[in-house]
Amino acid sequence: MSAPLLEVEGLTKRFGGLTANEDVSFTLREGEIMGLIGPNGAGKTTVFNSLAGFFPPTSGTIRLDGALVGGLPPEAIAARGVARTFQIVRIFRSMTVLENVMVGAMLHHRAVPAAATIALDTLRFTGLERRAHDPAGQLTVAEQKRLELTRALATEPRLLLLDEVMAGLTASEIQEAVELVKRIRARGIACVVVEHVMEGIMPIADRMLVLENGRKIAEGPPAAIAADPVVIRAYLGEGYIASGH
Amino acid sequence: MRRASSALGFAALASAVAFPLLATQVTWQNTAILMLMTAQMGVAWNILGGYAGQVSLGHAAFFGAGAYVSTLLTIKLGISPWLGMGAGAVVAAGLGVLIGWPCFRLKGHYFAMATIAVGEIVQTVVNGSELLGGAVGFTLPMAETGFWGFVFNRSKLPYYYIALGLLLATVLVNWLVNRSHVGYYLRAIKDEPDAARSLGVSLTRYKMIAMVLSAGLTAMGGTLYAQKELFIDPGSTLSTSLSIKIALVAILGGAGTLWGPVLGAVVLTAIEEASRIAFGGTGRGTDLVVYGLLLVLIAVFQPAGIAGFFQKHAPRAVPPPEPEGEFP
Repeated sequence: MSAPLLEVEGLTKRFGGLTANEDVSFTLREGEIMGLIGPNGAGKTTVFNSLAGFFPPTSGTIRLDGALVGGLPPEAIAARGVARTFQIVRIFRSMTVLENVMVGAMLHHRAVPAAATIALDTLRFTGLERRAHDPAGQLTVAEQKRLELTRALATEPRLLLLDEVMAGLTASEIQEAVELVKRIRARGIACVVVEHVMEGIMPIADRMLVLENGRKIAEGPPAAIAADPVVIRAYLGEGYIASGH
Repeated sequence: MRRASSALGFAALASAVAFPLLATQVTWQNTAILMLMTAQMGVAWNILGGYAGQVSLGHAAFFGAGAYVSTLLTIKLGISPWLGMGAGAVVAAGLGVLIGWPCFRLKGHYFAMATIAVGEIVQTVVNGSELLGGAVGFTLPMAETGFWGFVFNRSKLPYYYIALGLLLATVLVNWLVNRSHVGYYLRAIKDEPDAARSLGVSLTRYKMIAMVLSAGLTAMGGTLYAQKELFIDPGSTLSTSLSIKIALVAILGGAGTLWGPVLGAVVLTAIEEASRIAFGGTGRGTDLVVYGLLLVLIAVFQPAGIAGFFQKHAPRAVPPPEPEGEFP
């Protein structure tokens, strides 16, 4: 078994009196996909922001390849191979689709022609190349989410943090997104996927991690998680089990 | 399209070179020099305020740094203003770093407000400093005329071509920045700073690059101004209304576009000269009325500036000013 790519140990994040994450621990190996689920307000996005460097953890450690990265700024974490998407898309609206992706590619390829070549390749991989020269703001919501994913991929990450990339998509678009994440894994890129869309996350996750009120309440393979009474209670409330469903 | 615009650019350049040879009247030449110098300030401002989206309303501090450094070196040490121009650019760039360090942490309008304060502080310091000429300023001697002395009293032509050369050099810097990864990063920072960071872009580093280039080039324009007028004081080179004018030139023409500030300078200078003729030279303050009116008109009707009329995908309305980043 290879050494873990990502090790999170006792991650706690407080905002004043509010505890968003408390004592969250997990590991992730290369090429592994972990689904991060939990009810609204469970602290999923806070975990993301801590991993991506947007929030310094209050306590606990985050290691990437054994090196401590918790508390580093986002740009330093990006340089170490962690890329992310945002829950609310943050594309560069004054640029074309291609230029958006080029900004990602420039992390490792500063020369404009080289960045353009890599950006086009990445757009081809995600199926957005026919939109390459359109202004980014003209894309549909599904395409904008795909553009963010493409832009993140162009940084050549080893760990990809996907924040609700399937929310608001139609059934066929979700299917496309699932296929895309599978192809990303085939490239050896590990993913942490925050998702509410269960039919999107269940078939692709190697493991699921469930948060409730900032704490980890369950972790395991998707099938086991779906049957776990603790998880069902967190999502559906006490009465659901009591009434014998 | 590309061939048409390069033909247009060549035609514009050719007419700019030929203009003072055809329009030999001194008043025409003076207005043209004013246009070139104004355009140069706007193009220099554009690197920071246009591409990087960091709206500075304190650029007169850099313009003044250029004017004062070269003037002091000439008067006190007899150093050629050409060398002073370089020294002024370095001092302004250093000042820019000093300002940028604390102010780049501020977001949106707060950055603009901080730069107003810095501009005012610089003005107050110079006003109160005897070494820096106080409120009286300096008159440059006409002793050493000619190219090396940077003083030309027989004809306006040398000033015209120096101003044109400086403008072209400033446009060239803009063009190079825009074509390199720095230009992409600056636009990314302007659009979505948090997304830019998540892609490995250091906000501080790239804003600082924009600041250093913008401040240095603005200072070079300040030295040219000092040598052309042979007189500087805080009111003419450090005032807040000058800072506003520098920003307005770029915003009027189209912030974040290569030629927008040049268009803005032509239109603004024409309006200023017309209002000066209409209201007379005594009407000090009419320029401020004109600036204010123009700002309101741009904000309401044409946020993309004059250049926006020529762009296919110009933003239709002011994009809602998102709070810059929800992250600390």
